[in-house]
Formats: sequence, C-alpha cells, structure tokens
Amino acid sequence: MKLFNLRGGVHPEGRKELSAQRHIRPVPLPKFLYISMQQHIGAPASPLVQIGDRVLKGQLIAAAQGAVSSPIHAPTSGVITALGDGFSPHPSGLPVPTITLESDGEERWINTVPVDDPFTLTPEQISARVGEAGIVGLGGATFPAALKLNLSRNSGVHTLIMNGGECEPYLTCDDRIMRERAAQIIEGIRLIATAVAAKNILVGIEDNKPEAIAAMQAAAKDSAVKIIAMPSMYPMGSEKQIIQVLTGHEIPAGGRPADIGVVVHNVATAFAVQQAIRYGRPLISRIVTLSGAAIKTPCNVEALVGTPVQELIDFADGYTQPAARLVLGGPMMGQHISNTRVPVVKGTGGVLALTAQEIGQTQASPCIRCSTCVRACPVGLLPLEMAAHIRISDLSGAVNLGLKDCIACGSCSYVCPAHIPLVHYFNYAKGDLAAQERAKLKQESTKKLAEARTERIAKIARDRAEAAAKRKAAREAKERAAAAAKAATEVA
Amino acid sequence: MLLSAVISLTMLGIILGLLLGLAARFLKVEGNPLAAELEQLLPGAQCGQCGFPGCAGAAQALASGTATVTLCPPGGRALVQALAAKLGVDADLSGVKESVPMLAEVKEEICIGCTRCFKVCPTDAIMGAAQQIHVVFREACTACGKCEAVCPTESIKLQPVPPTLQSWYWHKPSAAEAI
Amino acid sequence: MNPIAHSPHAHATVSISKIMLTVMLALTPATLFGFWLYGWPAINLWVISLLSAIIGEAFVLRLQNRAIRPALLDGSGILTAWLLAISLPPFAPWWIAILGSLFAVIIGKQIFGGLGQNVFNPAMAARVMLLISFPLEMTAWVTPAPLGSASAPGLLESLRVTFLSQPLDGMASASLLGHVKTEFTRGVGLDQALIGYFTPMDALWGSRAGSLGETAALFLLAGGLFLIARRIITWHAPVAMLLGVALPALLFNALDANHYADPLVHLLSGGLMLAAFFIITDPVTSPNTALGQFIFGLGCGLLTWIIRTWGGYPEGVAFAVLLMNSATPLIDQYIKPRIYGRDRKGTPLPVSKES
Repeated sequence: MKLFNLRGGVHPEGRKELSAQRHIRPVPLPKFLYISMQQHIGAPASPLVQIGDRVLKGQLIAAAQGAVSSPIHAPTSGVITALGDGFSPHPSGLPVPTITLESDGEERWINTVPVDDPFTLTPEQISARVGEAGIVGLGGATFPAALKLNLSRNSGVHTLIMNGGECEPYLTCDDRIMRERAAQIIEGIRLIATAVAAKNILVGIEDNKPEAIAAMQAAAKDSAVKIIAMPSMYPMGSEKQIIQVLTGHEIPAGGRPADIGVVVHNVATAFAVQQAIRYGRPLISRIVTLSGAAIKTPCNVEALVGTPVQELIDFADGYTQPAARLVLGGPMMGQHISNTRVPVVKGTGGVLALTAQEIGQTQASPCIRCSTCVRACPVGLLPLEMAAHIRISDLSGAVNLGLKDCIACGSCSYVCPAHIPLVHYFNYAKGDLAAQERAKLKQESTKKLAEARTERIAKIARDRAEAAAKRKAAREAKERAAAAAKAATEVA
Repeated sequence: MLLSAVISLTMLGIILGLLLGLAARFLKVEGNPLAAELEQLLPGAQCGQCGFPGCAGAAQALASGTATVTLCPPGGRALVQALAAKLGVDADLSGVKESVPMLAEVKEEICIGCTRCFKVCPTDAIMGAAQQIHVVFREACTACGKCEAVCPTESIKLQPVPPTLQSWYWHKPSAAEAI
Repeated sequence: MNPIAHSPHAHATVSISKIMLTVMLALTPATLFGFWLYGWPAINLWVISLLSAIIGEAFVLRLQNRAIRPALLDGSGILTAWLLAISLPPFAPWWIAILGSLFAVIIGKQIFGGLGQNVFNPAMAARVMLLISFPLEMTAWVTPAPLGSASAPGLLESLRVTFLSQPLDGMASASLLGHVKTEFTRGVGLDQALIGYFTPMDALWGSRAGSLGETAALFLLAGGLFLIARRIITWHAPVAMLLGVALPALLFNALDANHYADPLVHLLSGGLMLAAFFIITDPVTSPNTALGQFIFGLGCGLLTWIIRTWGGYPEGVAFAVLLMNSATPLIDQYIKPRIYGRDRKGTPLPVSKES
C-alpha cells in the first residue's frame, strides 16, 4: 500500500529494546488501590459507593456524569475505605476525587454477561456495552470510546485506522500487547469497525516493531483488517499524522477526523473493547511499560487501575540509581510526577525513571534562529517566532502564527540546540488564552448584572420620586381643598 | 545630469504628495464614538478603582488620552491588551501585576449581617438580609473590593482563588528556565 | 518555580557551541591552506582578529552587566572574527584586523542585543565597513608565496608586514576580479585580461591572489558539504547562491564572451564559495524556511553577479549579503510553511468524506 509523506518530525533515540523483550507480567495485587474519578477527558465520574461498602471485582463504583464522561469499576474485590482527595498525575499536583479500595485478596468477580457471538450485536449495542465498560482511548488521550464510536457512526465514517504507531521512545506496551494478544485485538478491531460501520480497516504499526507486525498479520489473515508497516518517526502515532501517512488526507483545521470520514483508535483500546463485549469485563487494568535507565528491570506489566506507581517500581526491582525525573507516559509528551503515590490511571502507558543524561536538558540560551524547529514541526508552524511573541506577552501574535494548530508534540523542544522550552511556552499561552476567554465570559455576565442593578436602583429612585410627587400632589390637593373649604366657610 | 535629478525628485514629490492628498480624502475615517466603544470593553462594574467616576468616565479619560490603558485593575492583562489594540498604542504590561484572581469571601463567624456590603456591591453578587450572614456568588463577583471597604468587622475580604484542575495552566517559562 | 518540569523529557544532543565548533572545523582546511599559501602575515592577522573579538566582546558584555562566560563560550564571536579574518587581504595591517573584529562583534552583534538579534551578518558588515573606509588597505593583494618557498616572508619579516605596514617588494598583485575591472577601464577585453590570471585548476585549488582563506574553493566546498552532511546547514541557500551567480553569467557570457566572464570564473573567484557555504548560511540573518533560504541565496547570487559586472567594486559578495540580510524579515513575512489542515492562505481545508 502506498504511504504518504509527512512533513517534519524527529528521530529520538528509541530505547525500546530496554523493555521490549520481556513478557507482560501481572503486578501482584496491591493492598490499597487509589481509584481516581478523573481518568478520562470530560466531567469526573461521581462515586456510587459509601465508606465501608463491600465491592466485587468489576462492580460499577462511579457513574459517568454529563455528556462527556466515563464510568469507573472496582479493579478488585474489597472494601471501600475512603472517599476524598487523592494524588493526581496532573502537572499542577492538585488533588482529584479518589476512591480508596482495600483489596481482600479474593479477586471475586461480579457476575459478568458474556456474549457468545459478539458479531450478532448491533452497532448501537456494541457502543452501549463499550460505554458501560468504562473504556476510554488508551493511547493517552483518554477520550470516552463509546462517544467516539457514536459520533463516528453518526457522521458516516468510511475508514477505521487502528493506531499501533507507538512513536514515543521507551514505550513498548502496545508492541507487547500486539505480540501477545493479536487475536483478541483483531476481534476488537472488527467489533469497532462494526460499531462505526467502516469499510476500510487499516492498522498502522511503525516498522521498528517487526514481531508485532508479524503477529498482527498472522491474526488478521482472512479478515478485512489490513496491517501496514509505517516508517518509524516521531510523532507518527499522533492522530493527525497517522491519518495523513495512511490516507494522504489532512483533518481540516479545527475539525475532527470524522470530517474526512476517518476514525482513529488505539490497538490497546481494541483489546479492551473485545474483553468488554465478549466477556463483559469492564476496563480495570492496562499494560504499562516500566523503563528508563534508572529502572533496574525494565519490563511491561499488566497493572490494575489505581495501583500506586511505587508498587510498579518495586515490581521492577527498584532503581539502579536515583532517577532525575519520574515520568508518566512517554518522554516526549509524558507527565513529570514528583511522587510515587500517584496511582495508575486508564491513560497511563508508561512509568519512566529517567537519568539526567537521558533527559539531556540544559539551561536555555538565546535563539540563534537556526530554524531547526521549523524543519522539525510536523504541523508546519514557526516555533521560534511563536515563542518570541509569547516571551514578550504578545499572545495574539502567536495565535496569528498558528498557535492553536500546535499539537504540543514537543518535537521543537527536542531538537532546539539552544534548549529553549518552546512547547512549554505554547502550553502556557494556550492556558492563558483559555483563562482570558473565561474571564471575558465572566466579565460579560457581571456587566449585565451591573447594568441590571443600575437600572433597578434608577427605577427605585424613579418610583420613589413618583410616589413623593404623588404624595405631594395629594397633600397639595388636600391643602387646596381645605383652603377652598375654609374660604367657603369664611365667605359663608 | 543635475537638472534631471532635480526634475525627477520634484516630480516624485508632487506625485507622492498628490497620492497622500487623495488618500486623506477618500480613505478618511469617520470620527468614531471612541469613548462608547471603549466603555463596551470595560467591565462595567462602576467600581471606581481607576479614580474616574465609573466606567463611562474612565472611557472618556482613555479616549481623551488622559488615562493609560493600564487604569483598570479588575480588567487585568486581557483588558489592557484589548484597550491597547483599540487605541493602537503599545501596551506597557510591566506595570500590570500578574494579578492573582481574587474573589470576595465572607468570614461567617464575624459577619454581623449589617447589609452594608450587599448594598454597595455593583453586581449584586452578595446575598443576604439584615441580621443574616451574607453569602458571595463567586460567579458574579468581580473582586472590585467595595464590600471590603465598607465592612465594619472586616469579615468580608478579597481572597485569592485557588486554582482548580479546570483553571490551572502552565506558568510562563522564565527567561532562562534552568533545570 | 514549579518543580514539575514540562515535557519533553528527552532532548537531542545538540548545543549552540557544538554547532559553532563544527562550523569552525569545516573552516579549518581552507584556513590552514591560507596560512600555508600566504605565510606568517596571514597567521598574525588571524590571531589578532580572534583575540580582539574575544576581548572586545568581553568588554561589551561587562558594560551591559551580562554574564561573560556563557556568551563567549558559545563561540559565535570567535566564529565571526574567524570569518572576517579569512576574508581580509593576507598582508593587511594589524589595525584593520582589530578594527574589523571589534566592529563585527560590537556594532555588528552586541549593539543589537547579542547573539540571535542582529539583522546583518556581523562579519560581512565589518568587511563592508573596512572596504568603504580603507579601500587601499582592503585591496592590497599579494601573489601567493607558500611557507617554505624562497619568496615567503619569514617570521620577523611578517611582523614588519603586519605591524609596520611595510610591503614586501615584488609581491603586490591584483585579485582576478579587480584585475578584470581595471583592464576593462583600459578597454582591454576578457580574452586578453584573463591570460595569466585565470586557470581553472589554480582557482579550484586556491593558488591565486585573494583574501586569506577565500581562495581555496575546493576546501571551502568540502567544508560546506561536511556541514550539509552534519545537518548544520541545508543545501538550499548555497546552491541557490551559486545558481544566482552562474545562471546570469552563463547567459551573458553566451551573448558576449569578451565582456562577460564565464560561470567558472565567477564561481571560482572572489569570496563566492566562502559566502555560499559559510556566510549566507548564518542562521541568525537568513530566512527560516527552506524556500525562503533558496530565495535568499538566489538574491545573494544575483546581486553578487550584478555588482561584480556593473558595479563600482570588483567584488560584490559582501554588499549582496548585506542587502539580502535586510530583505530577510520580508522573506520570512511572506514565505511561511503551510500549516497542517489549512491551505496556503491559512483557511481550513474543506470537509470532505470521499475516501
């Protein structure tokens, strides 16, 4: 199949060999699980349990709330011991609502409803079951999967692209799951294709994963699923880029993949979909890559949602040396965390303990306009110019240069010889613009309030004046009447 | 040689002057009601922190050039930029404090329910009645500080709003972000 | 400061000083050849240029209360002085080197705000300043007398050349472009003028009268290819500049061979090779995009050829570069990459569901 060219991109050192050769192993059941209510994009889930409740594995413990949200299930059987704030893998370090579950070690499943032939289900039924299972995009974006299925089906999608790119260095969780669970993934892919009524099914896998490609090809034999090897390049696994390389089309600016008849799902999501449909099992665990030069035994594990990061690191035999940075996700777009009590969430693809040498960051120096960032940008932006505008607080200047098209992939920061934190500038600017937008909306509403109040006060004053005038008129009339009467009596 | 230079320069002067004259005539911008437009941009809370009589007064002062675009504390940086863009001046943001968002908050233990604060609140953001503890509607509060000024027991005060997961965003990188 | 670091948590192993060092490495063969070709006076000049740039830059940084070490260690000032030194006549007096270097790093760079802020290429700005202010000293070329040859000046003699401006007998010469220009004024055509002055092999090798390190076309070309291979520069600007000179030269040479030199003469003379690979690829003063750099290079080439052919100065590279430097912001304004999901004008692509 013909592949299409991408612009820009970078080739960071893969470092996938650290963890790629070991089988996925389950992490021993932790004593306490800390289940975040915010494991997806959208409104946080609302807890359905009370402290002291006994729950079974797979039991619904928090319901979706609002249009964009996702339910959450108990990762194991046990007792709810706390409801309240917990550590979040968010850069702000702000707490998130969290359910604490003490496991009883019995792993007793709730009654699940298996389906013998999932392909007899209607697309709507598939979406509904996916939604009930709390499945979100496991590539990292954590958008509720059922919503995406419904949106895609309703807007008439013809091509389903399964993302097996895994272009982030170090991460091998998708690689391993494709090697070890290819048959289930292919079934999941076919179910997703049914749910969105897609005619073409393409699975894009970077060519640095030959074993995964071979396993997937073997499993996809005699099906409509096409496995395609893509060149290894960062950010090949980004939605916009994988669509472009496989179809040659671009998502219109500000639009969604469905605008060009495409929907993209991650391969790990397909596995979760298959488990949910065939066995009725909700999403309560995921594959996590443990890697980095500071980790003693880099590997891939299957971890229950809510497992503290510390338990994973212990399972990988701890550190070889103090890690300069702990990162959740990949090194290019992952999240630096400052404490290991942060739990695994549905979107956690990796836990990396990186050394200072691996990070390779030094103090920023002046921009020499070498335009390496311009060549690296996969979107076609001018990172150096945008950062220069943001530096002097000219955010609208940066917007005019295309700030809102930035996908924050970090390629520019990666290649910058001056080590300027370019993508940090862009995320700051995006956040500040959003805050300004909120402030503007608030100002508009408070302005209306102020106007209403001014009017009310004016009305009260008017009313008072009128009332006073009326009283005065009445008094005068009375006086006049009295005077007239007096005069009359005098005359009389 | 000399003559041709003189002639060509003169011609150039005449033609360009003519063009300018024509441009001034045909591209003339009607005097716009600038003050009204500026008032549209201002918060409209009439809080008086700028020292002018209400937002209309401030707009007048801005339009006549007697006030700088940084006059309005509740408007923050966004307003400074909006005003600067409207007036076509360079915004000097150095003087504008990276203002932490503030909101009025009532300390319930010492509120005596005197109703003074909600009488002065320009946006009706304070709810309450005589002898009852007052409450602030966060959505309506503009942090103008009028209530703080009239409160006899210092129970109502402006407090910085702690960031939430929804409102938090990355700080601006310092000039040389050293890691 | 927020203790949480922003992504990415991986960085390419590059730095500004590494880039500058690589460029210096690429310049080394041509420079060493210049040293050999012109002997000790050339070495004196190079050393004086570098030293005065370092001292001058440190002084100005101190005046501005800025950290001296990081700014000096990035190597940009040294590289500027190096580029200036090898574009000077090898027997130029000491004060030319000092004045030029100081002008380059102080007026050319630091006054604009330091590295990355200057509009004009500092080395070329200094060269033009020197050329306009001291036309005599800046065009006093000599015939090559390689180190070790009988006519080569010894160390002591070289100090006399550099510091006392005592010319050596019988070594004064003219550069090819200057010679041609002079011959034209005497009504001598190219076919006569070039005799004894231009043989392609010598020009390629660099054994001709000219600036300290500009003559070794082959070494400069090799250095440039090395930089392209190391991805420090791209091919766009250099190729465009060479085309910008060669294409008009080819056309006009075909029309009138007696008045317009052929492309080979143009390509292998003056500072063209140096400029194409080392000057116009200066990131600070050249456009951001590949197409922009191509246009920039083409402009530099065309202007060079025009100034050489019809201008008052025999060599036009420095002027051409400065002129195009001033056009860089304009080029960057109009030539921008197309943004993903948008057309060239910036409007979003249409929604289309056809597969």
